Amino acid sequence: MSKAISALNGQRFEGAVTVKDLGPRGMITLRGDLSSAAVKKAATSVSGAEMPQAGMCTIAKDQGIAWMSPDELLVVLPYADVDGAIAKMGKTLKDTHHLLADVSDARSIIRVQGTGVRDVIAKLSPADMRPSSFAVGTMRRTRMAQVAAAFWMRDARTIDVICFRSVSEYVFGILSAAAAEGAEVYPK
Amino acid sequence: MLILTCPYCSVAADETELSAGGEAHVKRETVGADDAAFEQYLFQRENPKGIHFERWRHAAGCGKWFHAARCTNTLEVFGTYSAQTLEPPKNITDAISAARPGWTWRNFS
Ligand SMILES: [Zn+2]
Repeated sequence: MSKAISALNGQRFEGAVTVKDLGPRGMITLRGDLSSAAVKKAATSVSGAEMPQAGMCTIAKDQGIAWMSPDELLVVLPYADVDGAIAKMGKTLKDTHHLLADVSDARSIIRVQGTGVRDVIAKLSPADMRPSSFAVGTMRRTRMAQVAAAFWMRDARTIDVICFRSVSEYVFGILSAAAAEGAEVYPK
Repeated sequence: MLILTCPYCSVAADETELSAGGEAHVKRETVGADDAAFEQYLFQRENPKGIHFERWRHAAGCGKWFHAARCTNTLEVFGTYSAQTLEPPKNITDAISAARPGWTWRNFS
């Protein structure tokens, strides 16, 4: 079997803030009635995470659930676990109206890490990145410069960004430019 | 910059994250309607300087369509509400009445 590689194939940029490709990551889109017990069970059983509140995610380390819209979740897990997880979720949901899709290969995941991480994101997206409105655990679907992107706050100095695979180079490029040495909003 | 709060995901989204969907509450005409009704449905749109009702989509966000009531003159937003309705809810019309007593827009007031 061929080996899966991400579009950015491990690229890394060291600036005032670090930008790095996280490689292949399992991502499953689950749509349905989020108040249904079967939908909740399908998402929580394969991710080992709690259901997120609206606008939040419960991604601890690199696995969990993100709230995408009132009828959509994104289940994040190791790349190799996707097929098994989809089969298991399909069984749990067999009598429930739902949609399940493996979107792992349609996406890239990029980590932005450093003290000025909020400023890097704020330069590129209209999201309010102040700590009072974007705390650790917040999930935001928005745009970055000219393309759709989503990101969540992993810890106080780390934000994980997901975008479509086809625009990976573009997103990596704009993140690197915003994170470059000398581009800090508040220079040392 | 116009900022609308999406009623589905509660994000205060600026217009770069939204796409405009034209006038709200347009009644679709169908088989049996006369020419005048079809002309109204297809072509006749309000273009007010003041209170307006529009459809918007949270395109770069949760992806949902919603309704917004705002003033095109001042960019004041009176509220946003569900797409699953044929008319603005009372809390929206009340908010407009408080700011602009005596307002009308098509059949609403
Ligand atoms: Zn929304």
